[in-house]
Amino acid sequence: MKKITSLLLAAVLVFACAGCGSKGGDTDAKSEGVMTYAEYDSAALESQVVIEAYVQAKQSWWEDKATIYAQDKEGGYFIYNMACSEEDYAKLTPGTKIKVTGYKTEWSGEVEIAEGATFEIGEGNYVASAEDVTSLLGSDDLIKHQNKFVAFKGMTVEASNDADGNDAAFLYNWDGSGQEGDDLYFNVSLNGNTYTFTVESYLCDSSTEVYKAVQALNIGDKIDMEGFLYWYEGVNPHITSVKAAK
Amino acid sequence: MRNQETRKRNVVGRRLAALVGCMLLLTGCHGSRGLDAFVMPESFDMAAEHEITFWAKNDTNKTQTAIYEQAIADFEKLYPNIHVNLRLYTDYGKIYNDVITNIATHTTPNVCITYPDHIATYLTGVNQVVPLEELFGDERYGLGGSEVKYDSPGKDEIIPQYLEECAFGGHYYAIPYMRSTESCYINKTYVEKLGFQLPDALTWDFVWEVSEAAMAMDGEGNYLVNGQKVLIPFIYKSTDNMMIQQIRQKGIGYSTEEGEILLFSDATRELLETIAEHTRTGAFSTFKVSSYPANFLNAGQCIFAIDSTAGATWMGCDAPLIDISPDKLVEFETEVLPIPQFDPANPQMISQGPSVCVFNKEDPQEVLASWLFAQYLLTDEVQIAYAQTEGYVPVTTKARQSQAYQDYLSRSGEDNALHYDVKIKATKLLLENVDHTFVTPVFNGSASLRDAAGQLIEETVKSIRRSQTVDDAYYGKLYEDLNARYHLDQLSRQDGSAPKEKADLGPLPRPAVLLLAGLAVAWALMLFYVIFEKTRQRK
Repeated sequence: MKKITSLLLAAVLVFACAGCGSKGGDTDAKSEGVMTYAEYDSAALESQVVIEAYVQAKQSWWEDKATIYAQDKEGGYFIYNMACSEEDYAKLTPGTKIKVTGYKTEWSGEVEIAEGATFEIGEGNYVASAEDVTSLLGSDDLIKHQNKFVAFKGMTVEASNDADGNDAAFLYNWDGSGQEGDDLYFNVSLNGNTYTFTVESYLCDSSTEVYKAVQALNIGDKIDMEGFLYWYEGVNPHITSVKAAK
Repeated sequence: MRNQETRKRNVVGRRLAALVGCMLLLTGCHGSRGLDAFVMPESFDMAAEHEITFWAKNDTNKTQTAIYEQAIADFEKLYPNIHVNLRLYTDYGKIYNDVITNIATHTTPNVCITYPDHIATYLTGVNQVVPLEELFGDERYGLGGSEVKYDSPGKDEIIPQYLEECAFGGHYYAIPYMRSTESCYINKTYVEKLGFQLPDALTWDFVWEVSEAAMAMDGEGNYLVNGQKVLIPFIYKSTDNMMIQQIRQKGIGYSTEEGEILLFSDATRELLETIAEHTRTGAFSTFKVSSYPANFLNAGQCIFAIDSTAGATWMGCDAPLIDISPDKLVEFETEVLPIPQFDPANPQMISQGPSVCVFNKEDPQEVLASWLFAQYLLTDEVQIAYAQTEGYVPVTTKARQSQAYQDYLSRSGEDNALHYDVKIKATKLLLENVDHTFVTPVFNGSASLRDAAGQLIEETVKSIRRSQTVDDAYYGKLYEDLNARYHLDQLSRQDGSAPKEKADLGPLPRPAVLLLAGLAVAWALMLFYVIFEKTRQRK
């Protein structure tokens, strides 16, 4: 009986895994002429790249240019000012598969597909789960996850100096020179090291939950966060979710 | 952490002249005839409450924000019936976009920091921006007016050149607020290490020569001058300024005063070829392609960083504002010189910086309240305080000659905050070169032309870095593409008349053809009816 039960459970597990894998199509296979993430990662800067990935978040659209975060199962991509009509932009919902042709470049440490890339929508769907990279903070390995959807857990809100020199849990703009609606900057620490995280107001504007959650932060709060691992002269995550630490 | 604001600038602000034209035309088509022209009231009613909005630009600088807030508080004490709501921006492009959007919905701000190029576009709307001559000259409420409740400068106390920069189309549409130019921030230590001595006046040839000399590497791929694997000897922040200033210095065409485009010439192409040559060796790059010149300069990865004098507080290893981690900072001596010249005996550099315009409203009292606030920004307190935040200069002789300002200038280098020497050197550079500054003609579309000028360099640099073929055919196509992208071939003149040569707009759209055909049939039927009736009556 036990053998039969084990076999049944194993079969259920196999089918469940197969089901997971097939949900939204085969997200691992690349079309002909398309780079794997490893090939993209090792491609020289300023060289032409062709990638396939799945839209994870849209940051902005203006005058036929879209900036988005995309990801496949291996890595993340930041696609800056990609050529995109407003009509097509509406189709780029989270999970949408796109094939992007453009040039790989770097701006202040952020590796991205440069302005002017073109894309086409493909078949398939994949929404990445946030990968916990908390333990990688401060290590050289963190950059390997650049542009991915990631999670940071159990971090403590530290004081920032506001425009009047007072302690604040967050700032509008990097130095407190802004107003509601501008980017939010806040400091969080782990194991004695402090990092600056950002709520990018084009990615998450002042009406979003994360914007309001950061506005409600207090110094000393323990929080869990999710967001995209953006880079600017060092790690500068664009946070999309803030919750009290579990 | 200035990254967010400036990169967003790339998201906004293209093709706007055409977009605005369409939006404003549509507004007109839907029954709005715009506003009546502003008529100066006989007196300002202190009993009436006014709430006005002020859209201001700061350089992501909390001191500047604090100065705006203080100015508003001080003004409201003098005029308790005027309440000023401040809305802050960190780039001109976003203000431009928002104003355009709000013209269409009749929700423009009352007072707005802006560029004359942008005002030229706002003028596409009827009576949207208030011409200021009458307000300037009003004995009671004008510049230095008897009823103004603060020490307002007279018109003759505004630097005439700066005031003239705000005049176009036969009117003054703004008052200058701050002025800056560009300067070259130099790692003097590396220049001398390479065996060169800095001249009193930089030439383009000198900058290119030193930059190329800096490209020498050791066997392990480290640059000899800095011992690092990264070096871009020459980085330019605003490539529109680079192109405009090179064109001006060379005496070649950019545009006429009336808006005829002269940018896309063989002489411009020669300038691009030189830039391409030095991009190919890795000696030159731009902000848009690589990042802030200040970040590279402070990390010892750049020798010549050209940026606004209003960016001076970020320049140098002792700068009060630094955007890179301390472990990347490199010690070096910073020199500040005017931008390179083709003819150092006849230096020419751009005049830039914010101006202030007043938007028209239905209530003339509200406009007068707005004017009183705009004028307050010219008081010594505001002028001196704001000028000290960066390498800006006050726009009034009154503020410049004040003891407080002279004292500030004399204390260069006393500390690395208010008296940071690089900032004050940049300020003095402009004060000494006011007569060598210039502005480009302002007309509806001049903002797009400026964008196109910069984009010529950006596209060339990108193509070279991507190892694409850059030859005669390339430049020909680049000119064609940018002309189309920025709608430069469709610009109308400032006076609203049609371009000199009518563009071929192609065949009429089908709905228009049907509409015209319908009208023709209707007229024919009416005519037939009239003739038929008359014939019947005669019978």
